[in-house]
Amino acid sequence: MMTKLSEITEVIRSKNAGPYELTFDIMFKDYTWFEKVCKAKVINEQLICDIYRIKREDIINIVEFYPAKAIKVTIKRPIPSGSLGETDVYGAQQHGPLLGLAFDL
Amino acid sequence: MREEFRILSTTAILGYGFPLSSFEEGMKRGPHLIAVDGGSTDPGPYYLGAGVSFTNREAVKRDLEIMIKAGVENKIPVVVGSAGGSGGAPHLQWCREIVEEIAKENDLHFKLAVIHAELDKGMLAKELAAGKITPLEPAPELTQEELEATSRVVAQMGVEPFIAAFERAPDVILAGRAYDPTCFAALAIKQGYDPALSLHLGKILECAAICATPGSGSDCMFGYIGEDYFRLEPLSNVRKCTTLSVAAHTLYEKTNPYILPGPGGVLDLHECKFEQESENTVRVSGTKFIPSEFNAVKLEGAKKVGCRTVSIAGTRDPVMIAKIDEIMAGVKERVSDNFKGQLEDYHLRFNIYGRDGVMAALEPQPTTDGAHELGIVIEATAPTQSQADTICAFARSTMLHYGYQGRRSTAGNLAFPYSPSDFHAGEVYEFSVYHLLRADDPAKLFPFEIVELGGDRA
Repeated sequence: MMTKLSEITEVIRSKNAGPYELTFDIMFKDYTWFEKVCKAKVINEQLICDIYRIKREDIINIVEFYPAKAIKVTIKRPIPSGSLGETDVYGAQQHGPLLGLAFDL
Repeated sequence: MREEFRILSTTAILGYGFPLSSFEEGMKRGPHLIAVDGGSTDPGPYYLGAGVSFTNREAVKRDLEIMIKAGVENKIPVVVGSAGGSGGAPHLQWCREIVEEIAKENDLHFKLAVIHAELDKGMLAKELAAGKITPLEPAPELTQEELEATSRVVAQMGVEPFIAAFERAPDVILAGRAYDPTCFAALAIKQGYDPALSLHLGKILECAAICATPGSGSDCMFGYIGEDYFRLEPLSNVRKCTTLSVAAHTLYEKTNPYILPGPGGVLDLHECKFEQESENTVRVSGTKFIPSEFNAVKLEGAKKVGCRTVSIAGTRDPVMIAKIDEIMAGVKERVSDNFKGQLEDYHLRFNIYGRDGVMAALEPQPTTDGAHELGIVIEATAPTQSQADTICAFARSTMLHYGYQGRRSTAGNLAFPYSPSDFHAGEVYEFSVYHLLRADDPAKLFPFEIVELGGDRA
Protein backbone atom coordinates (compact mmCIF):
# COMPACT_ATOMS: atom_id res chain seq x y z
CA MET A 1 0.00 0.00 0.00
CA MET A 2 1.27 3.47 -0.87
CA THR A 3 1.74 5.84 2.05
CA LYS A 4 1.48 9.56 1.34
CA LEU A 5 4.27 11.67 2.81
CA SER A 6 1.75 14.42 3.57
CA GLU A 7 -0.19 12.01 5.83
CA ILE A 8 2.73 10.89 8.01
CA THR A 9 4.36 14.29 8.52
CA GLU A 10 3.61 17.40 10.56
CA VAL A 11 5.85 19.83 8.71
CA ILE A 12 7.16 20.00 5.16
CA ARG A 13 8.92 23.30 4.49
CA SER A 14 11.66 24.99 2.50
CA LYS A 15 13.83 28.02 3.33
CA ASN A 16 17.12 29.68 2.47
CA ALA A 17 20.16 28.51 4.39
CA GLY A 18 22.16 31.58 3.37
CA PRO A 19 21.74 33.14 -0.10
CA TYR A 20 23.27 30.19 -2.00
CA GLU A 21 21.46 27.21 -0.47
CA LEU A 22 17.91 25.93 -0.12
CA THR A 23 17.02 23.62 2.73
CA PHE A 24 13.99 21.34 3.11
CA ASP A 25 12.72 20.07 6.48
CA ILE A 26 10.46 17.02 6.60
CA MET A 27 9.24 16.43 10.18
CA PHE A 28 7.32 13.24 10.91
CA LYS A 29 4.25 12.77 13.11
CA ASP A 30 5.85 10.08 15.24
CA TYR A 31 9.06 8.11 15.65
CA THR A 32 7.53 4.98 14.08
CA TRP A 33 7.04 6.69 10.73
CA PHE A 34 10.33 8.59 11.01
CA GLU A 35 12.27 5.38 11.60
CA LYS A 36 10.38 3.51 8.89
CA VAL A 37 11.15 6.19 6.30
CA CYS A 38 14.80 6.43 7.40
CA LYS A 39 15.21 2.65 7.26
CA ALA A 40 13.63 2.41 3.80
CA LYS A 41 15.95 5.25 2.59
CA VAL A 42 13.15 6.52 0.36
CA ILE A 43 14.18 10.18 0.78
CA ASN A 44 17.41 9.77 -1.16
CA GLU A 45 19.59 11.65 -3.63
CA GLN A 46 18.00 10.10 -6.70
CA LEU A 47 14.51 11.12 -5.57
CA ILE A 48 15.58 14.72 -4.89
CA CYS A 49 17.33 14.90 -8.28
CA ASP A 50 14.22 13.61 -10.03
CA ILE A 51 11.82 15.97 -8.27
CA TYR A 52 13.87 19.13 -8.60
CA ARG A 53 15.61 18.31 -11.88
CA ILE A 54 19.06 18.84 -10.39
CA LYS A 55 22.36 16.94 -10.51
CA ARG A 56 23.75 14.87 -7.64
CA GLU A 57 26.56 17.35 -7.07
CA ASP A 58 23.92 20.03 -6.38
CA ILE A 59 22.79 18.12 -3.27
CA ILE A 60 24.78 19.31 -0.27
CA ASN A 61 23.48 16.78 2.21
CA ILE A 62 20.57 14.67 3.42
CA VAL A 63 20.59 14.42 7.22
CA GLU A 64 18.37 12.40 9.57
CA PHE A 65 17.88 14.50 12.72
CA TYR A 66 16.53 12.28 15.47
CA PRO A 67 15.67 14.95 18.11
CA ALA A 68 13.12 16.54 15.75
CA LYS A 69 11.98 13.32 13.99
CA ALA A 70 13.12 15.05 10.83
CA ILE A 71 14.89 14.47 7.56
CA LYS A 72 16.67 17.52 6.22
CA VAL A 73 17.74 17.97 2.62
CA THR A 74 19.96 20.87 1.55
CA ILE A 75 20.66 21.74 -2.09
CA LYS A 76 22.48 24.46 -4.00
CA ARG A 77 20.18 27.17 -5.27
CA PRO A 78 20.09 27.25 -9.11
CA ILE A 79 20.28 31.08 -8.78
CA PRO A 80 21.33 32.88 -5.56
CA SER A 81 18.60 34.64 -3.57
CA GLY A 82 17.56 37.91 -5.22
CA SER A 83 19.77 37.58 -8.32
CA LEU A 84 18.36 38.24 -11.80
CA GLY A 85 15.94 35.50 -12.84
CA GLU A 86 15.41 34.27 -9.30
CA THR A 87 11.78 33.79 -8.22
CA ASP A 88 11.68 33.08 -4.46
CA VAL A 89 13.88 35.42 -2.40
CA TYR A 90 13.21 33.68 0.96
CA GLY A 91 13.11 30.21 -0.61
CA ALA A 92 9.94 29.49 1.35
CA GLN A 93 7.82 28.07 -1.50
CA GLN A 94 9.99 25.30 -2.98
CA HIS A 95 8.56 22.47 -0.87
CA GLY A 96 5.31 21.91 -2.81
CA PRO A 97 6.28 18.84 -4.84
CA LEU A 98 7.27 16.96 -1.65
CA LEU A 99 3.65 17.03 -0.46
CA GLY A 100 2.63 14.83 -3.38
CA LEU A 101 5.14 12.05 -2.67
CA ALA A 102 3.95 8.55 -1.81
CA PHE A 103 5.98 5.45 -0.90
CA ASP A 104 5.48 1.74 -0.56
CA LEU A 105 6.78 1.32 3.01
CA MET B 1 26.54 27.15 42.82
CA ARG B 2 26.08 30.52 41.20
CA GLU B 3 22.72 31.67 39.92
CA GLU B 4 21.52 31.15 36.38
CA PHE B 5 22.25 33.86 33.81
CA ARG B 6 18.90 35.20 32.63
CA ILE B 7 18.17 36.64 29.17
CA LEU B 8 15.03 38.31 27.84
CA SER B 9 14.77 38.06 24.04
CA THR B 10 12.03 40.39 22.92
CA THR B 11 11.19 39.43 19.34
CA ALA B 12 12.43 37.52 16.27
CA ILE B 13 13.67 40.67 14.53
CA LEU B 14 13.73 44.17 16.01
CA GLY B 15 10.59 45.85 14.68
CA TYR B 16 8.50 42.66 14.42
CA GLY B 17 6.87 43.62 17.75
CA PHE B 18 5.90 41.82 20.97
CA PRO B 19 2.97 41.92 23.43
CA LEU B 20 3.66 44.22 26.37
CA SER B 21 2.30 41.54 28.71
CA SER B 22 5.03 39.10 27.60
CA PHE B 23 7.72 41.74 28.03
CA GLU B 24 6.46 42.49 31.57
CA GLU B 25 6.47 38.77 32.40
CA GLY B 26 10.09 38.72 31.25
CA MET B 27 10.99 41.74 33.40
CA LYS B 28 9.46 40.03 36.47
CA ARG B 29 12.10 37.31 36.07
CA GLY B 30 14.87 39.85 36.63
CA PRO B 31 16.89 39.46 33.42
CA HIS B 32 20.63 40.21 33.37
CA LEU B 33 20.27 41.15 29.71
CA ILE B 34 17.59 42.35 27.31
CA ALA B 35 18.61 41.56 23.75
CA VAL B 36 17.24 41.35 20.24
CA ASP B 37 18.53 40.35 16.84
CA GLY B 38 17.96 43.06 14.27
CA GLY B 39 18.95 41.39 11.05
CA SER B 40 18.93 38.75 8.37
CA THR B 41 20.12 38.23 4.79
CA ASP B 42 16.76 36.61 4.01
CA PRO B 43 15.03 39.68 2.52
CA GLY B 44 17.65 39.61 -0.21
CA PRO B 45 20.65 41.62 -1.40
CA TYR B 46 18.87 44.96 -1.98
CA TYR B 47 18.79 46.09 1.65
CA LEU B 48 22.47 45.40 2.23
CA GLY B 49 23.57 47.00 -1.03
CA ALA B 50 21.31 50.05 -0.96
CA GLY B 51 21.91 50.74 2.75
CA VAL B 52 18.22 50.53 3.62
CA SER B 53 16.48 48.73 6.50
CA PHE B 54 13.89 46.08 5.64
CA THR B 55 12.07 46.81 8.90
CA ASN B 56 9.80 49.78 9.47
CA ARG B 57 11.15 52.79 11.41
CA GLU B 58 8.05 53.34 13.57
CA ALA B 59 7.88 49.65 14.46
CA VAL B 60 11.59 49.54 15.37
CA LYS B 61 11.21 52.65 17.49
CA ARG B 62 8.21 51.19 19.32
CA ASP B 63 10.14 48.00 20.24
CA LEU B 64 13.34 49.86 21.19
CA GLU B 65 11.56 52.45 23.28
CA ILE B 66 9.99 49.79 25.50
CA MET B 67 13.30 47.90 25.81
CA ILE B 68 15.50 50.93 26.48
CA LYS B 69 13.16 52.55 29.01
CA ALA B 70 12.94 49.31 30.99
CA GLY B 71 16.66 48.61 30.65
CA VAL B 72 17.89 52.05 31.69
CA GLU B 73 15.43 52.28 34.57
CA ASN B 74 16.39 48.86 35.96
CA LYS B 75 20.11 49.04 35.04
CA ILE B 76 19.89 46.05 32.70
CA PRO B 77 22.01 46.24 29.53
CA VAL B 78 20.08 46.34 26.24
CA VAL B 79 21.82 44.87 23.21
CA VAL B 80 20.84 44.97 19.52
CA GLY B 81 22.68 42.76 17.02
CA SER B 82 22.77 43.45 13.25
CA ALA B 83 21.17 46.87 13.71
CA GLY B 84 19.13 48.21 10.80
CA GLY B 85 18.73 44.73 9.27
CA SER B 86 21.97 44.34 7.35
CA GLY B 87 24.31 45.90 9.92
CA GLY B 88 26.29 48.15 7.53
CA ALA B 89 27.25 51.76 8.29
CA PRO B 90 23.99 53.37 7.03
CA HIS B 91 21.90 50.71 8.80
CA LEU B 92 23.72 51.28 12.08
CA GLN B 93 23.36 55.05 11.71
CA TRP B 94 19.62 54.67 11.02
CA CYS B 95 19.18 52.69 14.21
CA ARG B 96 21.42 55.05 16.18
CA GLU B 97 19.24 58.02 15.23
CA ILE B 98 16.20 56.15 16.51
CA VAL B 99 17.95 55.51 19.83
CA GLU B 100 18.99 59.17 20.09
CA GLU B 101 15.40 60.20 19.43
CA ILE B 102 14.15 57.86 22.18
CA ALA B 103 16.70 59.29 24.64
CA LYS B 104 15.67 62.85 23.83
CA GLU B 105 11.91 62.31 23.86
CA ASN B 106 11.98 60.42 27.16
CA ASP B 107 14.69 62.54 28.76
CA LEU B 108 16.79 59.43 29.33
CA HIS B 109 20.48 59.64 30.21
CA PHE B 110 22.57 56.64 29.29
CA LYS B 111 25.82 55.37 27.86
CA LEU B 112 25.58 53.99 24.31
CA ALA B 113 28.17 51.76 22.65
CA VAL B 114 28.11 51.54 18.84
CA ILE B 115 30.07 48.68 17.25
CA HIS B 116 30.86 49.00 13.55
CA ALA B 117 30.84 46.07 11.12
CA GLU B 118 31.23 47.56 7.63
CA LEU B 119 34.70 46.91 6.22
CA ASP B 120 36.88 49.09 4.06
CA LYS B 121 37.15 47.75 0.50
CA GLY B 122 40.78 48.87 0.16
CA MET B 123 41.73 46.72 3.15
CA LEU B 124 39.73 43.81 1.72
CA ALA B 125 41.47 44.14 -1.67
CA LYS B 126 44.83 43.66 0.11
CA GLU B 127 43.52 40.69 2.07
CA LEU B 128 42.14 39.16 -1.14
CA ALA B 129 45.50 39.58 -2.88
CA ALA B 130 47.14 37.90 0.13
CA GLY B 131 44.83 34.89 -0.22
CA LYS B 132 43.00 35.58 3.04
CA ILE B 133 39.50 35.56 1.50
CA THR B 134 37.95 32.23 0.52
CA PRO B 135 34.42 31.44 -0.70
CA LEU B 136 31.82 29.87 1.55
CA GLU B 137 30.72 27.02 -0.68
CA PRO B 138 28.72 27.12 -2.91
CA ALA B 139 29.53 30.82 -3.43
CA PRO B 140 32.06 31.41 -6.24
CA GLU B 141 35.66 32.65 -5.84
CA LEU B 142 35.95 36.39 -5.29
CA THR B 143 37.87 38.46 -7.85
CA GLN B 144 39.30 41.98 -7.46
CA GLU B 145 36.84 43.20 -10.15
CA GLU B 146 33.88 41.72 -8.28
CA LEU B 147 35.06 43.25 -5.01
CA GLU B 148 35.52 46.61 -6.71
CA ALA B 149 31.95 46.42 -8.10
CA THR B 150 30.55 45.60 -4.65
CA SER B 151 28.65 48.47 -3.01
CA ARG B 152 29.12 47.39 0.58
CA VAL B 153 30.78 44.63 2.58
CA VAL B 154 29.95 43.77 6.19
CA ALA B 155 31.50 41.13 8.43
CA GLN B 156 29.67 39.10 11.05
CA MET B 157 31.20 39.79 14.43
CA GLY B 158 31.67 37.09 17.04
CA VAL B 159 31.40 37.67 20.80
CA GLU B 160 34.78 39.47 21.17
CA PRO B 161 33.66 42.96 20.05
CA PHE B 162 30.66 42.78 22.41
CA ILE B 163 32.90 41.70 25.28
CA ALA B 164 35.30 44.57 24.54
CA ALA B 165 32.37 47.02 24.56
CA PHE B 166 30.95 45.55 27.80
CA GLU B 167 34.27 46.37 29.52
CA ARG B 168 33.14 50.00 29.31
CA ALA B 169 29.82 49.22 31.03
CA PRO B 170 27.42 50.69 28.46
CA ASP B 171 23.67 50.75 29.09
CA VAL B 172 22.85 50.09 25.45
CA ILE B 173 24.90 48.40 22.72
CA LEU B 174 24.04 48.82 19.05
CA ALA B 175 26.07 46.42 16.96
CA GLY B 176 26.45 46.29 13.20
CA ARG B 177 26.31 42.92 11.46
CA ALA B 178 26.73 40.19 14.07
CA TYR B 179 26.54 36.40 14.06
CA ASP B 180 22.95 36.03 15.30
CA PRO B 181 23.59 34.30 18.67
CA THR B 182 26.33 36.69 19.82
CA CYS B 183 24.19 39.58 21.08
CA PHE B 184 22.59 37.11 23.52
CA ALA B 185 25.68 35.05 24.36
CA ALA B 186 28.48 37.60 24.78
CA LEU B 187 27.69 38.91 28.27
CA ALA B 188 27.17 35.39 29.67
CA ILE B 189 30.47 34.25 28.14
CA LYS B 190 32.20 37.33 29.57
CA GLN B 191 30.89 36.35 33.01
CA GLY B 192 32.29 32.83 32.65
CA TYR B 193 29.27 30.82 31.56
CA ASP B 194 29.89 27.97 29.12
CA PRO B 195 30.43 29.36 25.59
CA ALA B 196 28.84 26.37 23.82
CA LEU B 197 25.65 26.56 25.90
CA SER B 198 25.56 30.37 25.69
CA LEU B 199 25.89 30.34 21.90
CA HIS B 200 23.43 27.49 21.43
CA LEU B 201 20.89 29.32 23.61
CA GLY B 202 21.59 32.49 21.59
CA LYS B 203 20.97 30.55 18.39
CA ILE B 204 17.47 29.74 19.65
CA LEU B 205 16.73 33.10 21.32
CA GLU B 206 17.59 35.02 18.14
CA CYS B 207 14.20 33.93 16.77
CA ALA B 208 12.49 34.47 20.15
CA ALA B 209 9.09 32.74 20.26
CA ILE B 210 9.53 30.96 16.91
CA CYS B 211 10.94 28.01 18.92
CA ALA B 212 7.65 27.61 20.84
CA THR B 213 4.41 25.99 19.82
CA PRO B 214 2.40 27.73 18.51
CA GLY B 215 5.37 29.66 17.16
CA SER B 216 5.37 33.41 16.66
CA GLY B 217 7.77 35.89 15.11
CA SER B 218 6.40 38.65 17.32
CA ASP B 219 6.57 37.47 20.92
CA CYS B 220 9.22 37.26 23.66
CA MET B 221 11.22 34.26 24.92
CA PHE B 222 13.21 33.82 28.12
CA GLY B 223 16.48 31.91 28.47
CA TYR B 224 18.41 30.70 31.53
CA ILE B 225 22.01 29.46 31.47
CA GLY B 226 23.21 27.16 34.25
CA GLU B 227 26.52 25.37 34.79
CA ASP B 228 25.90 22.54 32.34
CA TYR B 229 22.53 23.25 30.74
CA PHE B 230 20.26 25.98 29.48
CA ARG B 231 16.50 26.37 29.73
CA LEU B 232 13.85 28.05 27.59
CA GLU B 233 10.59 29.48 28.84
CA PRO B 234 7.88 31.22 26.78
CA LEU B 235 6.36 34.32 28.35
CA SER B 236 2.84 34.06 26.96
CA ASN B 237 0.54 31.41 28.41
CA VAL B 238 -0.72 30.46 24.96
CA ARG B 239 2.74 29.09 24.07
CA LYS B 240 4.77 26.12 25.20
CA CYS B 241 8.34 25.12 24.57
CA THR B 242 8.40 21.40 23.85
CA THR B 243 11.40 19.21 23.11
CA LEU B 244 10.03 18.91 19.59
CA SER B 245 9.43 22.64 19.05
CA VAL B 246 12.94 23.49 20.29
CA ALA B 247 14.64 20.66 18.38
CA ALA B 248 12.67 21.57 15.26
CA HIS B 249 13.91 25.13 15.51
CA THR B 250 17.46 23.80 15.49
CA LEU B 251 16.81 22.74 11.87
CA TYR B 252 15.60 26.14 10.78
CA GLU B 253 17.64 27.84 8.03
CA LYS B 254 20.64 25.57 8.68
CA THR B 255 22.54 23.36 6.27
CA ASN B 256 23.15 20.65 8.87
CA PRO B 257 21.43 20.62 12.30
CA TYR B 258 24.28 18.74 14.03
CA ILE B 259 27.04 21.13 12.99
CA LEU B 260 26.44 24.88 13.29
CA PRO B 261 29.44 26.89 12.08
CA GLY B 262 30.12 30.37 13.44
CA PRO B 263 33.01 32.73 14.07
CA GLY B 264 35.87 30.93 15.80
CA GLY B 265 34.44 27.44 15.62
CA VAL B 266 31.40 25.18 15.29
CA LEU B 267 28.66 24.17 17.68
CA ASP B 268 28.45 20.39 17.74
CA LEU B 269 24.99 19.06 18.64
CA HIS B 270 25.64 15.33 18.21
CA GLU B 271 25.40 14.71 21.96
CA CYS B 272 22.79 17.32 22.68
CA LYS B 273 19.87 16.35 24.94
CA PHE B 274 16.50 18.09 24.79
CA GLU B 275 14.39 17.37 27.90
CA GLN B 276 10.88 18.49 28.86
CA GLU B 277 11.40 20.15 32.21
CA SER B 278 7.87 21.35 32.91
CA GLU B 279 4.76 21.63 30.83
CA ASN B 280 6.08 24.69 28.98
CA THR B 281 9.87 24.73 29.56
CA VAL B 282 12.67 22.76 27.91
CA ARG B 283 16.14 21.99 29.23
CA VAL B 284 19.04 21.48 26.82
CA SER B 285 22.48 20.05 27.61
CA GLY B 286 25.44 18.40 25.91
CA THR B 287 26.24 21.09 23.31
CA LYS B 288 29.94 21.28 22.46
CA PHE B 289 32.02 24.03 20.89
CA ILE B 290 34.86 22.94 18.64
CA PRO B 291 37.28 25.78 17.91
CA SER B 292 38.39 26.08 14.27
CA GLU B 293 42.00 25.74 13.19
CA PHE B 294 42.15 29.42 12.31
CA ASN B 295 40.14 32.51 13.19
CA ALA B 296 37.87 33.88 10.48
CA VAL B 297 34.82 36.06 10.01
CA LYS B 298 32.05 35.72 7.47
CA LEU B 299 31.75 38.51 4.90
CA GLU B 300 28.56 39.56 3.13
CA GLY B 301 28.49 41.97 0.23
CA ALA B 302 26.12 43.11 -2.49
CA LYS B 303 26.66 44.90 -5.80
CA LYS B 304 24.33 46.97 -7.93
CA VAL B 305 23.42 45.36 -11.24
CA GLY B 306 21.01 47.99 -12.58
CA CYS B 307 17.47 49.31 -12.25
CA ARG B 308 14.26 47.38 -12.73
CA THR B 309 10.85 48.17 -14.17
CA VAL B 310 8.03 45.60 -13.97
CA SER B 311 4.65 45.24 -15.58
CA ILE B 312 1.99 42.90 -14.21
CA ALA B 313 -0.53 41.30 -16.56
CA GLY B 314 -2.58 38.15 -17.11
CA THR B 315 -4.18 36.10 -19.85
CA ARG B 316 -7.35 34.00 -19.86
CA ASP B 317 -7.12 33.02 -23.54
CA PRO B 318 -6.65 29.25 -24.12
CA VAL B 319 -4.87 29.71 -27.47
CA MET B 320 -2.47 32.29 -25.98
CA ILE B 321 -1.82 30.02 -22.95
CA ALA B 322 -0.94 27.09 -25.24
CA LYS B 323 1.45 29.25 -27.25
CA ILE B 324 3.03 31.23 -24.41
CA ASP B 325 6.61 30.02 -25.05
CA GLU B 326 6.48 30.96 -28.72
CA ILE B 327 4.95 34.35 -27.89
CA MET B 328 7.61 35.18 -25.27
CA ALA B 329 10.39 34.23 -27.70
CA GLY B 330 8.79 36.37 -30.41
CA VAL B 331 8.43 39.39 -28.12
CA LYS B 332 12.04 39.11 -26.95
CA GLU B 333 13.25 38.98 -30.53
CA ARG B 334 11.16 42.02 -31.49
CA VAL B 335 12.54 44.03 -28.54
CA SER B 336 16.11 43.05 -29.37
CA ASP B 337 15.67 43.89 -33.04
CA ASN B 338 13.99 47.21 -32.34
CA PHE B 339 16.80 48.58 -30.15
CA LYS B 340 19.74 47.00 -31.98
CA GLY B 341 22.82 49.20 -31.76
CA GLN B 342 21.00 51.56 -29.41
CA LEU B 343 20.12 49.68 -26.23
CA GLU B 344 21.53 46.18 -25.94
CA ASP B 345 22.60 45.91 -22.30
CA TYR B 346 19.44 44.73 -20.56
CA HIS B 347 17.84 41.70 -18.97
CA LEU B 348 14.25 40.99 -20.06
CA ARG B 349 12.29 38.21 -18.43
CA PHE B 350 8.70 37.00 -18.31
CA ASN B 351 7.77 35.21 -15.11
CA ILE B 352 4.79 32.99 -15.82
CA TYR B 353 2.60 32.27 -12.78
CA GLY B 354 0.47 29.20 -13.38
CA ARG B 355 3.40 27.43 -15.02
CA ASP B 356 6.75 27.86 -13.22
CA GLY B 357 6.55 31.36 -11.74
CA VAL B 358 7.35 30.15 -8.22
CA MET B 359 9.94 27.41 -8.80
CA ALA B 360 11.51 28.30 -12.18
CA ALA B 361 14.28 25.76 -12.92
CA LEU B 362 13.29 23.56 -9.95
CA GLU B 363 9.67 23.13 -11.12
CA PRO B 364 9.00 19.43 -11.84
CA GLN B 365 5.92 20.23 -13.98
CA PRO B 366 6.75 23.33 -16.04
CA THR B 367 3.61 23.05 -18.11
CA THR B 368 0.50 25.09 -18.87
CA ASP B 369 -1.62 21.96 -19.34
CA GLY B 370 -4.80 22.45 -17.38
CA ALA B 371 -4.15 26.14 -16.67
CA HIS B 372 -7.16 28.32 -17.47
CA GLU B 373 -5.30 31.55 -16.77
CA LEU B 374 -1.69 32.71 -16.43
CA GLY B 375 -0.15 35.57 -14.48
CA ILE B 376 2.63 37.30 -16.39
CA VAL B 377 5.21 39.56 -14.76
CA ILE B 378 7.30 41.37 -17.35
CA GLU B 379 10.60 42.40 -15.81
CA ALA B 380 13.23 44.61 -17.44
CA THR B 381 16.56 45.40 -15.78
CA ALA B 382 19.03 47.81 -17.40
CA PRO B 383 21.82 50.16 -16.28
CA THR B 384 19.45 53.12 -15.83
CA GLN B 385 15.81 53.36 -14.76
CA SER B 386 14.88 55.10 -17.98
CA GLN B 387 16.44 52.30 -20.06
CA ALA B 388 14.57 49.72 -17.97
CA ASP B 389 11.35 51.72 -18.58
CA THR B 390 12.01 51.65 -22.33
CA ILE B 391 12.51 47.88 -22.49
CA CYS B 392 9.61 47.10 -20.19
CA ALA B 393 7.17 49.39 -22.00
CA PHE B 394 8.17 48.09 -25.41
CA ALA B 395 7.94 44.43 -24.32
CA ARG B 396 4.53 45.14 -22.74
CA SER B 397 3.05 46.85 -25.81
CA THR B 398 4.55 44.24 -28.14
CA MET B 399 3.09 41.38 -26.11
CA LEU B 400 -0.30 43.13 -25.87
CA HIS B 401 -0.66 43.24 -29.64
CA TYR B 402 1.49 40.26 -30.66
CA GLY B 403 -0.04 38.39 -33.61
CA TYR B 404 0.55 34.73 -32.85
CA GLN B 405 -0.78 31.90 -35.00
CA GLY B 406 -4.40 30.94 -34.30
CA ARG B 407 -5.12 34.19 -32.50
CA ARG B 408 -8.79 35.13 -32.12
CA SER B 409 -8.48 37.96 -29.59
CA THR B 410 -7.26 40.60 -32.02
CA ALA B 411 -8.12 43.49 -29.68
CA GLY B 412 -5.39 42.63 -27.13
CA ASN B 413 -3.62 39.69 -25.49
CA LEU B 414 -3.21 40.91 -21.92
CA ALA B 415 -5.36 41.94 -18.95
CA PHE B 416 -3.66 44.68 -16.90
CA PRO B 417 -4.93 45.01 -13.34
CA TYR B 418 -3.58 48.55 -12.99
CA SER B 419 -3.13 51.84 -14.76
CA PRO B 420 -0.28 52.75 -14.94
CA SER B 421 0.68 49.22 -15.94
CA ASP B 422 4.43 49.60 -15.34
CA PHE B 423 6.17 50.11 -11.98
CA HIS B 424 9.62 51.18 -10.94
CA ALA B 425 11.20 48.49 -8.75
CA GLY B 426 14.26 50.73 -8.39
CA GLU B 427 17.86 49.65 -7.90
CA VAL B 428 18.63 45.96 -8.23
CA TYR B 429 21.43 44.30 -6.26
CA GLU B 430 22.96 40.83 -6.17
CA PHE B 431 24.96 39.11 -3.45
CA SER B 432 28.55 39.35 -4.61
CA VAL B 433 30.48 38.48 -1.45
CA TYR B 434 29.71 35.50 0.78
CA HIS B 435 33.17 34.57 1.94
CA LEU B 436 35.43 33.92 4.89
CA LEU B 437 38.11 36.40 5.85
CA ARG B 438 40.97 34.96 7.89
CA ALA B 439 41.72 37.31 10.75
CA ASP B 440 44.14 36.65 13.59
CA ASP B 441 42.58 39.34 15.73
CA PRO B 442 38.92 39.51 14.64
CA ALA B 443 37.98 42.07 17.32
CA LYS B 444 40.17 44.61 15.48
CA LEU B 445 37.79 44.54 12.50
CA PHE B 446 34.94 45.87 14.64
CA PRO B 447 35.87 49.19 16.28
CA PHE B 448 33.42 50.66 18.75
CA GLU B 449 32.67 54.11 20.11
CA ILE B 450 31.04 55.15 23.36
CA VAL B 451 28.71 58.14 23.60
CA GLU B 452 26.78 59.60 26.49
CA LEU B 453 23.20 60.37 25.50
CA GLY B 454 21.06 62.94 27.23
CA GLY B 455 24.01 65.00 28.47
CA ASP B 456 25.87 64.47 31.75
CA ARG B 457 24.53 61.95 34.17
CA ALA B 458 22.71 63.39 37.12
